Amino acid sequence: MNDKKLIVTGLVIFLIIVLFPFWYNRGRAVPPPEVKLTEQAKAAKECVLSKDYMRSEHMQLLDLWRESVVREADRIYTNPKGKQFVMSLSNTCLDCHSNKADFCDKCHNYASVRPYCWDCHIDNPKENS
Amino acid sequence: MDTSRRRVLQLLGLSAAALSAPPVFNALAKEAHEPAAAPQIGPSKEALTAKQWAMVIDTPKFKSEKDVEPLVEACHKIHNVPHWDEKRWEIKWLWATHYEHAFTGTVSRRFVAEEVQHRPFLVLCNHCENPPCVRACPTKATFKRPEDGIVMMDFHRCIGCRFCMAACPFGARSFNYRDPRPALKYTNKQFPTRMKGVVEKCSFCVERLAEGKMPACVEASEGKLTFGDLFDEKSKVRELIKTHYTIRRKVNLGTEPAVYYIV
Ligand code: SF4
Ligand code: SF4
Ligand code: SF4
Repeated sequence: MNDKKLIVTGLVIFLIIVLFPFWYNRGRAVPPPEVKLTEQAKAAKECVLSKDYMRSEHMQLLDLWRESVVREADRIYTNPKGKQFVMSLSNTCLDCHSNKADFCDKCHNYASVRPYCWDCHIDNPKENS
Repeated sequence: MDTSRRRVLQLLGLSAAALSAPPVFNALAKEAHEPAAAPQIGPSKEALTAKQWAMVIDTPKFKSEKDVEPLVEACHKIHNVPHWDEKRWEIKWLWATHYEHAFTGTVSRRFVAEEVQHRPFLVLCNHCENPPCVRACPTKATFKRPEDGIVMMDFHRCIGCRFCMAACPFGARSFNYRDPRPALKYTNKQFPTRMKGVVEKCSFCVERLAEGKMPACVEASEGKLTFGDLFDEKSKVRELIKTHYTIRRKVNLGTEPAVYYIV
């Protein structure tokens, strides 16, 4: 075992590199994102479904909406409380949440996800904030 | 052994009882969940419906490009269709062409009435009854809606392979070689744009039909275009087809276009 020293040194360097991010970020907590609601969203009080569901599962709902509107020709969603919504990201969701930078981007950046909805759907349809 | 036989029979009995249990549990569980109503999804009430949407174009009413422009403008404006000066990046949903180009293989092109030769012929996706673009699409991004015969595109799903463009004999489809946003003359914020690498075409204004409105080009045409159900004998389009001589584009190919031209 003549190479013992070499191997150990290599291992140590490898571990340092691999563990660097953990060491570097040690003790630093990134504050959770704080989203701002538009006046319109505040006034509406509740979204299509409960806040908790929307926070974690809105992408599932959007996927269902897309499928229904584009492929099944169904456009109206009635939530469990009986309230009706036109299933449209551009005209329903982004109408209320017309502050992309303070709302959508906040969590998406925190979670480091880059959804490409806005490549086509135009942000801020009514130009209010 | 006696005991062992008895044990086996007991076990069998118990298993049978257990097998019959799940439906009972399910029924109980269902009852417990009933009060929270499930969300409902359905069509809008004002939506216009048909078995096969079709269009009749009254071509003698189109004298020059001036009669065509407002219609093209209306379509391209509300659907955020980009305008590129560079011909090879061109995107079009509705446009005008010459008689001999519109009806290649369908009509005699040797000697044509002068007036017809100068008449602009509006062309768009024919929403074919037997659409080859649908068969070519590997992702089902292009599909024929069974409800109303509209040949739709799910832009979310299009991978930009352009098989559909090769399959469509009418050149009804355009490909976004570049990001279309910088080339938009107007932006309709109510309608999405497309992105680079996606194919697009006329949609027979599905989003307007869903709101009970006629297609934008039909509305802007002041009666030159008629839209209705091809499979409804009493519809306006059938009435026109019954009372006028109409032709369609490239019928020899068997795609059964749903756009009819009065000549
Ligand atoms: S005109 Fe072309 S794109 Fe339209 S349905 Fe027919 S084949 Fe498909
Ligand atoms: S370009 Fe898009 S719509 Fe056309 S065949 Fe390919 S995936 Fe289908
Ligand atoms: S039917 Fe609608 S999408 Fe098609 S050409 Fe007319 S306005 Fe454009």
